[in-house]
Amino acid sequence: MSEMRNDLLKTIDRIFDEHCAKPVRESAEAGEWPAALWQALEEVGVARAALPEAAGGSGIEFEDAMFALRRSAYHAAPVPLAETMLAGRLLSAAGIAVPEGGLTVAPVQRNDQLKFAKTAAGATVSGTAHRVPWGNVCAYAMVVGELGGKSMVGLISTAGAADGVEKNLAGEPRALLKFERAPLIAFAPLEGALSRLETEGALYRSVQMAGALERTLEHALLYANERVQFGRPIAKFQAIQHMLAVLAGQVAAASAAADAAVETSGLAPDEFAVSVAKSRIGEAAGKGAEIAHQVHGAMGYTREHNLHYSTRRLWSWRDEFGNETYWQTRIGRGVAASGADALWPMLSRL
Amino acid sequence: MHEFRYEPVQLPASAQALRSEVRAFIAEEVASEAFTPSRNSWNSFDADFSRRCGERGYIGMRWPKQYGGHERSALERYVVTEEMLAGGAPVGAHWVADRQSGHQILRYGSDRAKQTILPKIAAGVCFFSIGMSEPDSGSDLAAARTRATQVEGGWNITGTKVWTSGAHRTNYLIALARTAPKEEDRHAGMTQFIVDLSHPGVTVRPIYNLYGGHDFNEVVFDEFFVPDDMILGGVGMGWKMVTGELAFERSGPDRFLSTYQLLLESIRAIGPDPDDRSANEIGRFVAHLATLRRMSTSVAGMLERGAQPIVEAALVKDIGTTFEREVPETFRHLIPTEPTLGDGGSYPELLGMTILRAPGFTIRGGTREILRGMIARGLGLR
Repeated sequence: MSEMRNDLLKTIDRIFDEHCAKPVRESAEAGEWPAALWQALEEVGVARAALPEAAGGSGIEFEDAMFALRRSAYHAAPVPLAETMLAGRLLSAAGIAVPEGGLTVAPVQRNDQLKFAKTAAGATVSGTAHRVPWGNVCAYAMVVGELGGKSMVGLISTAGAADGVEKNLAGEPRALLKFERAPLIAFAPLEGALSRLETEGALYRSVQMAGALERTLEHALLYANERVQFGRPIAKFQAIQHMLAVLAGQVAAASAAADAAVETSGLAPDEFAVSVAKSRIGEAAGKGAEIAHQVHGAMGYTREHNLHYSTRRLWSWRDEFGNETYWQTRIGRGVAASGADALWPMLSRL
Repeated sequence: MHEFRYEPVQLPASAQALRSEVRAFIAEEVASEAFTPSRNSWNSFDADFSRRCGERGYIGMRWPKQYGGHERSALERYVVTEEMLAGGAPVGAHWVADRQSGHQILRYGSDRAKQTILPKIAAGVCFFSIGMSEPDSGSDLAAARTRATQVEGGWNITGTKVWTSGAHRTNYLIALARTAPKEEDRHAGMTQFIVDLSHPGVTVRPIYNLYGGHDFNEVVFDEFFVPDDMILGGVGMGWKMVTGELAFERSGPDRFLSTYQLLLESIRAIGPDPDDRSANEIGRFVAHLATLRRMSTSVAGMLERGAQPIVEAALVKDIGTTFEREVPETFRHLIPTEPTLGDGGSYPELLGMTILRAPGFTIRGGTREILRGMIARGLGLR
């Protein structure tokens, strides 16, 4: 681990230890914004970590920014860090100034479309976006649409746009945003913006799941070593050991897939590596959560135990920005169209 | 914090050149009908092919030139290995000698062993088997009963080894034998010997596998003499060497590419415009494969740096062989056919052969259960 990474790890873990205790997570699920946690993250530059320095970035490399994101998921932090990083990366790619504060992105569902229209003063956006993450909390959204047949990125205020809030399984808000000729603060063309939003969103959720899986394994190991039944810790039973070995395999594969996707996505997301990551890690999320709960028995089924903060996130994130079937089908179609003989050259290019 | 890091590996430019070279070699071999990829696995024994590999410098790649080696890096060797497997080359004759036996001899062998044996392995004319398992000692290797007693100038070995792949046509095997009675430390008193199978005192009998193939053997030693300079490492060092050897055996691409030919032929059979279900399953396998390759190359990088990634290697083998076994189980649902006995010359035969070989994937080189025990130890549970 590099020195930079090590310092970042210490800083981030300190922030989460201080500001992300159980009461904070619980009150966040009840709808209270964890202001102290977010402020601490902004103060050390993590919220603007994925941005180039010219765009107001904090000088943290992309890979380190993704490490910070992974760590925030390890701590089950109830903040829109992924969304803020994502909005910032696309805005700055389009040359639009990135505002302070938490940001969200829209649309995040394939059936939603936002329509941009030119006006005398600039441009407006109209349309409905479902399940916008933290859309009721973030003051601004990065929106993607088309104008005159061109792919566009825009910045918009979310004030008054929320028309109902659902929650994902982890209690994170997913808002219905409605825009009716709402004025864009800024807008600029960005080629393939919609597909980039989807792919980059899948990358960030993959990284988050890798972090949550690491915590899930840690919980399970800790519990198995502590819990005594039949006169010994259940970790001493071969059945439990094998379950934990399988869990470790899923966590290791998730970790490797996330790293591979991050390393190739420094400038823009690498579509193949991200498809692989979201597919493989989404599968690991389901299988891993199942084993971790089985090891915990009834205790892991309580609100009191902390395991659910990780597993409810895994069960949510694997379906956001495209589930395994979506990404696997895309990979499969590409591979089939290129033909069997093109597969190995593609797999071995790295 | 139990963190498994599979650090990225940057393949050197020389490895990329080597990759193109091996790919061209395999294409030539296939074009000249020297072999048919779909009929092969890494057990396929073809001494002529191995000799041609030796001539091209694809065996003993990491060893010093004085022993016939080529002083290449672990990553260059990795590239050759994965190209051979992906190309369906019949590498079975030299596989064990190249992957582990030669490496052990280089590290622990006497000068005579190194000088007489390694150049022949590298030339692709000298082949090895593994002499670890016994009738009453499979996963529990420390229960081995084959014993060696000291005599003038060497040792006499008596006992029986089983599941000895290829011993009816290899030249040597490395036998694990007990050289001191079992004590409290059951791992003590074990020694590894290089056994020349052309010498008297050893009988090799076939053990036919479930589809009637002859790969396994039973190897019986009766007062078989091994000179002192054919001991590996030292008397009593056997256990440590066996466990070290297995890290090399477990993390390579042979632990997730055993069913690659079936995956390829299935993609071919499904065609360029798959239905949703087929596209989904192909995509899932490709995602698994890309991830496994990342993990496996990373372990190769760790081995190159001299690390001992025993748990990381065990994880690769556990999830790699699980993947291998899923390939036939999935495609039989997608491509309506009935698996057929044969040598893999048609899709039903390739499917049939893969189904029949699949049980071995999660047994050879350490069963899935043994690996999970090792992983559990690495996690601090034992």
